[in-house]
Amino acid sequence: MFEFSPTDWQAISLSAQVAITATAVSLPFGFMAAYLLVFSRLPGKALLDSLINLPLVLPPVVVGYLLLLSLGSEGWLGAMLAKVGIRIIFTWKAAVIASMVVGFPLLVRSIRIGMEQIDDHLIQASRTLGAHWHDTLLSVILPLSGRAILAGASLMFARSLGEFGATIILAGNIPGVTQTIPLAIYDYTSTPGGDRMALGLCLVSIVLSFGVLVLNEGLVRRFRKGVK
Amino acid sequence: MMKIDVSLSKRLGDFDWQARFSAEGGQLGVFGPSGSGKSTLMNLLAGLLKPDSGHIRLDGSPIFESASSINLPPEKRRIGVVFQHAHLFPHMGVRRNLLYGFRRTPANERRIDTNDLIEALNLGPLLDRGVKRLSGGERQRVALGRTLLACPRLILMDEPLTGLDEGLKYQIIPYLKQVFNRFEIPYIFISHSLNEMRLMTDRVLEFAQGEMTGEVSSELLARRGMGTGQGGYSNLMEMGRLREDDGLYIYRWGGQEICLSNGGDQDTGMFEIMSKDITLFKRHPEASSARNMLQCRVVKVFEAGNRIGVELDCHGQRLMSQVVGSAVRDLGLEPGSAIIAVIKASAFRRLY
Repeated sequence: MFEFSPTDWQAISLSAQVAITATAVSLPFGFMAAYLLVFSRLPGKALLDSLINLPLVLPPVVVGYLLLLSLGSEGWLGAMLAKVGIRIIFTWKAAVIASMVVGFPLLVRSIRIGMEQIDDHLIQASRTLGAHWHDTLLSVILPLSGRAILAGASLMFARSLGEFGATIILAGNIPGVTQTIPLAIYDYTSTPGGDRMALGLCLVSIVLSFGVLVLNEGLVRRFRKGVK
Repeated sequence: MMKIDVSLSKRLGDFDWQARFSAEGGQLGVFGPSGSGKSTLMNLLAGLLKPDSGHIRLDGSPIFESASSINLPPEKRRIGVVFQHAHLFPHMGVRRNLLYGFRRTPANERRIDTNDLIEALNLGPLLDRGVKRLSGGERQRVALGRTLLACPRLILMDEPLTGLDEGLKYQIIPYLKQVFNRFEIPYIFISHSLNEMRLMTDRVLEFAQGEMTGEVSSELLARRGMGTGQGGYSNLMEMGRLREDDGLYIYRWGGQEICLSNGGDQDTGMFEIMSKDITLFKRHPEASSARNMLQCRVVKVFEAGNRIGVELDCHGQRLMSQVVGSAVRDLGLEPGSAIIAVIKASAFRRLY
């Protein structure tokens, strides 16, 4: 069978850590973005929509490079963060940010589909019963999009597990520090005799992603049933 | 009691919606065919839709006024809404649905006691159920309770009975009347059904093609519809149950006994008899298969389309019959003449 080296184990646990953090941090923003896109009457809604979806169609390498430009020590955001002693690039936080940006559109899309299925009358009923818009958001919209949020989160989690292009540019490929599963596989494939090890990590990757997708499907199906 | 003063206009797609009225009292009806703009009025009053211009004043204070840019959000207007479909929150049980508005109402505005209301609407057995396991009538009762418990200044009911089964819809009406009487909350009842309108209110605003066309009494509305409707005018008779006799039910209507074949168990009931089902005789027939022969006096004879309406006074109670032109001559029908109204026991329809 396959045997994993300590750095392999580090890559597996780092991958999980990055994916979980990226998903958890994105959730509230994803929820708010979906809310704005579905329920608000913002003038720049179409622009916001395209902006959120841009990372879905851009090559991840481009996303990574743009992030590097702004978060690097010369970049506007990077310089600001450096002043308060925070360094992002080539740390695991960079991997989190890369995953967040690339996975965000998937999260928003899922939540949005769930929110669009909520009957407008329920929202109107809640308002006429004395609820402010933020009260309605928490007491009606949030619970009724619960399953869509879970589905979106699992989708984003799976996407984060596989993030490669943006991560390698922004976080580098430092074993034990920023090397996630896909980056470790990449390393093995370019090392003579590393095929077996690469295959082992591929298997881990397949098992993880498959598990998440099965979970996601189950949640979406239960959600549809719940709506009917 | 409410005092409402409305003057609004709103551009909706291809047509201009307009209404102007002021009313005082406990009940007001809004009548018109579907698509005539009735629901738009509800949405504008509740704050779910923003008018282009005009004003809404409720009990003297403005809740919308375009001139001074006052536009209270729905939660500040304290105008309750009962929708055509109950729209209960699917993620909450009956109890949480009922209390949703109550919890959001300031303590000093909570005039209705929850237990009182639960008893009045007979909601006790439903409290711990999920909303998906309620029948249509039960859902509508819960929705009504939910709106009432928010203790609004005014309740708008938008076709609250339309989604219910024919047999079921009238059974809700006694509940409606009872709770609105008991808790003294004024309401505006929106419907395209003439019978519902007459059972719920006397004063009616009429809508047609997105515009308010006038104010009439629900009685006048019914008489006007006599010439066009299939069965003519529908007489609504509230009667008290007396006894059962040989498979028939005997009810008291004013000072007389009425015999009908489909009575109920309750002490009082509301029955409908169509004007076409009331036959007029000049002299008392010796024997007839019809069970009811009522001594009446003609009050008024009037034309309604191609028929003639005959309003009768039956020992103080009003009854409307319809005949064709030649019958007026043959029977010599004119105000004051005595006549016998003959009604079959099976012609009555029990509404509730």
